[in-house]
Amino acid sequence: MTDTMPSNAELEAIRPPRSQWWDVWDQFKTHKGALLGAGFFVLVILAVVAGPFLWHIDPTYIDIRARNQGPSLAHPFGTDQLGRDTFARMLAGGRVSVAVGVTAMLLSLVLGTAVGVLAGYFKRLDGPLMRLTDLFLALPLLPLLLVIIMLFRDTLRAAFGPEGGIFILIVFVIGITSWMQTARIVRGDVLALKEREFVLAARSIGTPPRRMIRRHILPNVLSPIMVSATLGIANAIITESALSFLGLGFPSDFPTWGRLLFDATDYLQQYPERVLWPGLAISLTVLSVNYIGDGLRDALDPRIRGR
Amino acid sequence: MNIRHLLLGAAASLALAPAAFAERGADGHVSIIYWQAPSILNPFLSGGTKDIEAASLVIEPLARYDQDGNMVPWLAEEIPTVENGGVASDLTSITWKLKPGLVWSDGSPVTAEDVKFTADYCMNEEMGCAQGSKFQGVKSVEVVDELTVKVTFEGPKPFPYGPFVGAQSPIIQKAQFENCTGAKAPSCTDANFGPIGTGPFRVTEFRPNDVIQMEANPNYRDPNKPAFATLTFKGGGDAAAAGRAVLETGEFDYAWNLQLAPDVLANMEAAGKGKVVAGFGTLVERIMVNLTDPSPNLPEGERSTRKHPHPFLSDPQVREALSLAIDRQLLTEIGYGQAGRPTCNVLPAPAIYASDVNDSCLVQDIERAKKILEADGWVDTNGDGVRERDGVELRILYQTSTNAVRQDFQALIKQWWAEIGVATELRNIDASVFFGGDPGSPDTFQKFYADVEMYANNFDGTDPEAYMANWRCDKIASPETQWQGENVPRFCNAAYDALTDAMARTASIEKRAELAKMMNDILMQNHIMIPLVDRGRVSAHSNTLGGVVLNTWDSELWNAADWYRIK
Repeated sequence: MTDTMPSNAELEAIRPPRSQWWDVWDQFKTHKGALLGAGFFVLVILAVVAGPFLWHIDPTYIDIRARNQGPSLAHPFGTDQLGRDTFARMLAGGRVSVAVGVTAMLLSLVLGTAVGVLAGYFKRLDGPLMRLTDLFLALPLLPLLLVIIMLFRDTLRAAFGPEGGIFILIVFVIGITSWMQTARIVRGDVLALKEREFVLAARSIGTPPRRMIRRHILPNVLSPIMVSATLGIANAIITESALSFLGLGFPSDFPTWGRLLFDATDYLQQYPERVLWPGLAISLTVLSVNYIGDGLRDALDPRIRGR
Repeated sequence: MNIRHLLLGAAASLALAPAAFAERGADGHVSIIYWQAPSILNPFLSGGTKDIEAASLVIEPLARYDQDGNMVPWLAEEIPTVENGGVASDLTSITWKLKPGLVWSDGSPVTAEDVKFTADYCMNEEMGCAQGSKFQGVKSVEVVDELTVKVTFEGPKPFPYGPFVGAQSPIIQKAQFENCTGAKAPSCTDANFGPIGTGPFRVTEFRPNDVIQMEANPNYRDPNKPAFATLTFKGGGDAAAAGRAVLETGEFDYAWNLQLAPDVLANMEAAGKGKVVAGFGTLVERIMVNLTDPSPNLPEGERSTRKHPHPFLSDPQVREALSLAIDRQLLTEIGYGQAGRPTCNVLPAPAIYASDVNDSCLVQDIERAKKILEADGWVDTNGDGVRERDGVELRILYQTSTNAVRQDFQALIKQWWAEIGVATELRNIDASVFFGGDPGSPDTFQKFYADVEMYANNFDGTDPEAYMANWRCDKIASPETQWQGENVPRFCNAAYDALTDAMARTASIEKRAELAKMMNDILMQNHIMIPLVDRGRVSAHSNTLGGVVLNTWDSELWNAADWYRIK
């Protein structure tokens, strides 16, 4: 009888092997807000990526007889002042806004991490790189964007078409003006890590700096990088919205969430729902991404994890 | 001014006559609201429309413009012309004759001395007269006799109706302002706040930037007018509040210049207390067509200049097709409502200058536009929905200033042009940059680094001579002129230039009108610009206020003497 009962030692052995990422997921799951946020964000991504394949109305098609309509089966979010379907415009707009957000975030992340690690690890580079960071922090985004748009618009438009050109321009500008916080945080962490025993040990066996950074430093600063990545998405979406809101950036008939919000403000009194949709989409997406960042920070920190 | 116009004017005033059967002051009180408050009642010290229009109830000019932009004699007996001898044949002087028996509201007679004094008052250099432009080129003003005054100009003046015409240069009383000339002018508060005039009302109380109380002028020249005994002129607030006060609550009888969205205005009018009235001036929203190549591949300084003709817009058939594809009626309805009307002319008013031979453009005709393009060899051979010829595709960059209505127009026009096989890329530029005129910026409307652009323009006053001369060859915006100049389509036509020269030498109003119409027709039939909407001014009056004729050429209150209460 007792033979059929597995011993304690055997139980331990049967348990599936756990990686670090399983632990992170377990911890992440305990954060309700983060879970909800992640769910919503995935939903938004699915909607904007797959939505236009399922919802066939062209977001720029003007059906002038159907203008200023409220929600109906044909137009679930109603139509705008020219009879364009608001739902289709929300999907198309979300595609651009989210794409801008993610791409600009990646760009700023790569830049910020590179500058931060280099400045933290190599003492010689620290001064110049940090002064460069200060310089960028002092740059005002909007005037800079105006100048850049004026200088490079025609060249990029010729090379990539009107929408592609502006997309590259906006992503680039948001990317190069939002990497500084990441760089500073990463540098601080790297400075602290550099003095730790395991780094000293690695260096004493002759590990070259390239491998030191890849093997020992980067994995340990992953948690602040991940967090600033999520915050970066939110920031980029908001910046793009602000630019469209000001009437800059994409052509006026090219929907983005910010542009939809901007167009709707004129009709705030008569058709308040028109401001509501893009406003809600922007705030909820940003909020959900922020929650994901919050959850990730807790989950990625081994000292908090498991408590 | 021929007899026909005088008769028309007389007929118009007869049509407004019902009030004349009532006796003066019989209709009680009338209240007017302007959402900008008057701060002075002397038009020579203020350029503000609100001040000029408030003052127009009290002081009057020798002649003014009616709702069609025609001149009608007011304090003068008739409009002087070359034919009736009022204007010298060498066009260097004009002689005005006052109506006999006119008196000021204090009972003293109006004489030629008062007219001469008005000119001297405004032409005094120490004063900085706000209406100085009206007296530009005046050499002297002399009194010929008690009722006759002669204005001499420094050179020939084909359009001599600047001084003493329109609400901007009314006649003021010499006795009242005698000690207020030159630098002392602004300090005469009593006179500036309560001028003695010949108009239907006189001021009883003036509170600057707030409210004016007036009563009927006991010495007004028509013993039965005005129908109202007292008048309140309230200033301040905003256009929406003013509109509500007349259309929704009925607190006021007349509200001026309601710049509101068409559906907002329609909602207010639906309340049933009042009526919205629109008057049309010369402000035309139009698409300018670039006849030169704006390609960014050209070197700076040659881009958008006459060195390189446009690859396809230099083809008149393409321009015609673009114009035909537009539904102006719908644009007007969506963008301006009652404050706009579709137009096919860049010079839509005054009535005598408006051509009617281009009106076929009022009807959208996509099929004909397609046929024109096809006949001209523009076909879509590669199936991308865009027509091409000899490897040149009809792809247009369409720019305008950032403004909700203009962006709606862009989206609509883009769709219509797509239907005829023309691809459009939209661009909107901040208005302060677009209209800023900075030669260093690539985005100004003069530099025109796009294929077509849209904006509105008009001219001051009723005489289109200077306006039509904008499209002469020498007015082309180019690097040589530091990108200044209103000829942004880069249009150059010797016949057109000859017409503008002829207009500068012609005095007769009829001939001038003929020339202006010919110039307008050249521009329109070549489709150098595509007019869309004639934008007007909108005001509102209560359903019980009769006799209102909205006038955009003069003060809106120009015929307040004829207003009456509908019972």
